[in-house]
Amino acid sequence: MSAAAVPVPAVLDIAGTPGIPFGRLFGVELRKSVDTRAGRWLIGITIAAVLVAETIFLIVSAVKNLDSSYGDFVAGAAFVSSFLLPILGIMLVSSEWSQRTAMTTFTLEPRRMRVVMAKMLAGVAMTAFVIAFALVIGLLGNLLFAAIQGQSPAWTFGWTGFTGFLVTQTFAMVGGFALACLLLNTPAAIVVYVVYKYVLPGLIALGSLMTWFSHLAPWIDFQAAQNELYDMPLTSAQWWHLVVSGLIWLALPLLIGLWRIRRAEVK
Amino acid sequence: MIKVEGLTRAYGSFIAVDDITFECKPGTVTGFLGPNGAGKTTTMRVMVGLTPPTHGDVTIGGLHYKDIPNPGRHVGVLLDASAQHAGRTGREVLEIGARTMGLPGTRVDEMLDLVSLDARESTRRVRNYSLGMRQRLGIAHALLGEPTVLILDEPANGLDPAGIRWMRGLLQGYADQGGTVFLSSHLLHEVEQIADEMILIGNGRIVARGTRDELLRDATGGVSTTLVTALDNHQLAEALTDKGIVVHPAGEGLRVTAEPVDVGRVAAERQIVLTDLRAGHEGGLEDLFLELTAETQRDVLPNEVTANEVTASEATASEVRA
Repeated sequence: MSAAAVPVPAVLDIAGTPGIPFGRLFGVELRKSVDTRAGRWLIGITIAAVLVAETIFLIVSAVKNLDSSYGDFVAGAAFVSSFLLPILGIMLVSSEWSQRTAMTTFTLEPRRMRVVMAKMLAGVAMTAFVIAFALVIGLLGNLLFAAIQGQSPAWTFGWTGFTGFLVTQTFAMVGGFALACLLLNTPAAIVVYVVYKYVLPGLIALGSLMTWFSHLAPWIDFQAAQNELYDMPLTSAQWWHLVVSGLIWLALPLLIGLWRIRRAEVK
Repeated sequence: MIKVEGLTRAYGSFIAVDDITFECKPGTVTGFLGPNGAGKTTTMRVMVGLTPPTHGDVTIGGLHYKDIPNPGRHVGVLLDASAQHAGRTGREVLEIGARTMGLPGTRVDEMLDLVSLDARESTRRVRNYSLGMRQRLGIAHALLGEPTVLILDEPANGLDPAGIRWMRGLLQGYADQGGTVFLSSHLLHEVEQIADEMILIGNGRIVARGTRDELLRDATGGVSTTLVTALDNHQLAEALTDKGIVVHPAGEGLRVTAEPVDVGRVAAERQIVLTDLRAGHEGGLEDLFLELTAETQRDVLPNEVTANEVTASEATASEVRA
């Protein structure tokens, strides 16, 4: 039995411990996305897939004597990596729940929304990394192509398309992120994302055979609305389609998901 | 330091924690005892803000947990040693904690050292850890930020006997330096040797609380008993009965309704050689614990055995007849 020899005041001295700065949370979340085997696999597969796609594109371009330029090589690399960005967004959130690390995370930082924001920013940073990787690989591909063809490299680069690509890829990552917040479950979030990405467009196209639905469709088809971003500038109607469908598919799941995380009992 | 006031947590119509109030003081170890599902974990989860309370309030050092800046530096928490990413190495788990709290990387090595996880073990993934190793890792994580308050749910779970002793010493030392320790267990003997105060919970309600001695006094109804064995038990029994002390045979010796000192005095007066003399209420706490939490025990106890001095064989026989 220990007798309290020195009387200790029953209050916490919090003067010496400022709150955790956001930058630190961001750094930790970034680290957490790559320090597990699952995280490394995801990054590794992304890099490998980009390299494979780029090699194929290079071979086809050389054999068929295509008029490929830098922009084409970048687009090829980025198109492939974009499939994995939503998965990344999903894993950032849902792994905390499936592995139950949310208990530790939210005990060290009880202001849960800051953690979630740090995670989302980590997702954006990873998206930026993937796009930068695509730029570099595209550069290498283009140089190799020029060397094979024995001509000087073509540096044509569609900046409009690239901006559209940047935005849509970030949306894709955040879309996965939002679904994960909403469902807090990795398989469920991935399945719903796949349905959204690959099944829903077909359903919308089918529904659009009905006239009344074909008027409604642009307002709810987020993917179609995003495609317009590759052909800037947008008309005001196209902007509104993007905003409204984005509210439905991005903002709404995210808001409900954040509300859920905020209130959830973390087990 | 930890103040729980009128805490209730309900899940629909099920009340996991039912209006409990208690306090843990600095420099002490408080044991939180109860059978599985009594509400221990729920209470601890509310303490650290993982579960919102239905009613009532918990403060640590006068603050709600969510208002403590960088709480890992003040409150060390271990709720579930298995709740770690299976794909992370033990070292990485601590590294993440240390970075979040803004601690130097050397702290990770110190903690690994403290809980005796060697360099090779620390680079293995948590998936491959035994429960005992996870528990050590969890304790290391809880201690990372040099907190003044520790909240540990079943910290001895999965530790080997040496590990349990080690942890006991660790927590004791921690309290001696002014720390506040609150730990739960469903095993009485894990807690009774270290806890300055024990809180017994059953069915979400506090059923008893106090120091070991206070609880024991309650357990025996304020009547002390002594177990004594003499070279000549018969002679001792007579001597004690002469003094008006009640004596029953018990095992090799006698169970006497008196303090050990009185029994010893009688033996000395009559020059009776004693081979064993001790307070007769070990098992008393265990009985109290089982009795108080009987409603929430999952297993039906042959309660006659603990209450009376019925031998095991008789109890079995009566059960068979019944």
